[in-house]
Amino acid sequence: MMSISTETVAPASMHGTDERKLPWWHLLITAAAAVVVALIVLAIFGAASIPSVILLGFILHLVFGYTYSRIREGRRWAMDRMTTLVVIGAFALAMFPLLSLLWEVVSRGGARVIKAAPTPFSFWTTDMSGVIGGADAGGIVHAAAGTLLITLWASIISIPVGLFTAIFLVEYADTGWKAWLGKGVTFLVDVMTGIPSIVAGLFGLALFIAFMPDESVRMGIMGSVALSLLMIPTVVRNSEEMLRLVPMDLREASYALGVPKWLTIVRVVLRTAISGLTSGITLAIARVIGETAPLLLTVGMVTSLNLNMFDGRMSTLPTFINQQYRAGSATCRNETVTNPINQEVYACSIETNIDRAWAAALTLIIIVMVLNVIARLISYYFSPKLSR
Amino acid sequence: MSTTDVSKDSVEVSPPSDLSGGRRPGDSVFSVLSIGSGLLIFVTLAAVAIFLTSESLPAIRASHEVQGAGNGEFGLISYVAPYVYGTVLAAAIALVIAIPISVGIALFISHYAPRRLSSVLGYMIDLLAAVPSVVYGLWGGVWLVPRLEPLYVFLNEYFGWIPLFAGDPTAPMRNLASASVVLAVMVLPIITSVSREVFLQVPRLQEEAALALGATRWEVIRTVVLPFGRSGVVAASMLGLGRALGETMAILMILAPGATFSLHILEVGRHQSIAANIAARQAEASGIDMSLLIFTGLVLFVLTFIINAIARWIVARSAVKS
Repeated sequence: MMSISTETVAPASMHGTDERKLPWWHLLITAAAAVVVALIVLAIFGAASIPSVILLGFILHLVFGYTYSRIREGRRWAMDRMTTLVVIGAFALAMFPLLSLLWEVVSRGGARVIKAAPTPFSFWTTDMSGVIGGADAGGIVHAAAGTLLITLWASIISIPVGLFTAIFLVEYADTGWKAWLGKGVTFLVDVMTGIPSIVAGLFGLALFIAFMPDESVRMGIMGSVALSLLMIPTVVRNSEEMLRLVPMDLREASYALGVPKWLTIVRVVLRTAISGLTSGITLAIARVIGETAPLLLTVGMVTSLNLNMFDGRMSTLPTFINQQYRAGSATCRNETVTNPINQEVYACSIETNIDRAWAAALTLIIIVMVLNVIARLISYYFSPKLSR
Repeated sequence: MSTTDVSKDSVEVSPPSDLSGGRRPGDSVFSVLSIGSGLLIFVTLAAVAIFLTSESLPAIRASHEVQGAGNGEFGLISYVAPYVYGTVLAAAIALVIAIPISVGIALFISHYAPRRLSSVLGYMIDLLAAVPSVVYGLWGGVWLVPRLEPLYVFLNEYFGWIPLFAGDPTAPMRNLASASVVLAVMVLPIITSVSREVFLQVPRLQEEAALALGATRWEVIRTVVLPFGRSGVVAASMLGLGRALGETMAILMILAPGATFSLHILEVGRHQSIAANIAARQAEASGIDMSLLIFTGLVLFVLTFIINAIARWIVARSAVKS
């Protein structure tokens, strides 16, 4: 909210009142009035709740604030005040899902992780083998391992391809047929950026079932291939942007010293851009690590740890969340459930599946956020000081 | 790779800027690797198109055979059409919700918030983009759906004369409206960040000139910022549309599916999107069914490709103008 002193008198005022003169706290008065009226109206209709009061109060405040300002300040400033409110309201509205989502994930997921049976935090160290019915047990070590392995392999495929494509676009695609190829590659990378994730999954699936005898084949590497289809364009985009930031002077100085081109790229260009490249690649990893749809199609679902990327189905955090969510409420016939494999006895809980989904979501969000923070820190602390 | 091969290659591909005289193996290896990666992108996309087409051929062929029996090609198209309708409807509603809010947020960050705060606020919006889609689906299905119920009942009761809100909504509200709300939250950060960039590029002098003429902040935005940023907002919305069309999990986890052309977005079990349909049916599908699903995937691919191409064209056109 700006103070009166910075906005001087509007010179071309057509009416005597067409001039800003109300201090900002007048908005608080109209806001309070709007909330009180909203509360009374909703109480009469018997629908008073915190969200409904906030919603109606905000709408009423638009009306009250506008009318009040219109009377005291004139039409133009009244309009200005109202749009300010609308814009702030839009931002508050967008913060609402973010905060509520984070709160739900942290409170419900955190509770499940901390109070996991049989020991606290065993949610992160056990798998789902033998967990049946509403047994308040089980964990995600198999899914977390699957997620990390599949993302690792997707990175192994995508980072070299993406990085070399970016190097090609920046360092080689300057003249002749290479310039044409470069334009084509840029276009196709744009196309790849828009590929829906489910189509990437279908590609991974179609590619393998075209060559495999068994149509029901599902394995980790299929997921990695599908994910790299989504990851390569991100890596290319981010890396290209960073390589273009490297000043031409540095390359020319290196050439002048008789350094071959490839060594210039490795020692000068890549080294200068290394922080930007690292943070861009980290963001690309963070983007694909939460992808669900391609993995639903390509890696299937298991309940125990499988570390072999080339044989058998794997479990991942996103598909685990989806599966537990779909399982819905469990049925509890007895107070306890016995694990048929190791004969341990657990309490039965109707909410157990949903709780596991929240806890896995918390784990996934922690991984994604850590990757994002790492990327931010890298680009903040290690970015080259070019303007020195 | 042998040395002779390498030197032959390097004669062909070594760039003119390479004045150091270093025709070294490293150079050739590097340029071959770079150009090879560029070509690999071509090959990959060609492979996507080829495999999707070849795997969906059995379904296309089968529908032609059915045509001989008198049922018509109708079979294939009538299978896909409701899902295309559901996909487009969900994405359109999501955009109707998301665009005004995104533009508001972008204006808030670029023109209303204090300078020092604006980067932090931008980061908070980016956080929305970092949340995996499956977590949005979980949040939408467990938390949001029951809380939207009073709103839907209200809309249905008092605005039921509008076809969109007509029909008979029943709890739990796993309807298209709920899925679209979650989709809107997911495309919000994309539209916001692109719009914000455009709004920040508005010539400072024009804004200051408007202020000097006594314009209020809203008048500056209406007369200077919005006309300048219009094409950027359109392009941002198209990018958001591309994302919303291809999104799977939010719809899969929230929507109770049904394959109709119903306009009633509050009714449960009326709509389904292509992506969610693939995800829901792939586990049991094999043979001709899988081929049918892959065909719907191909349709989705083409659909998003067209939308993204239009978006890029708008961006390129406005870039040339400015």
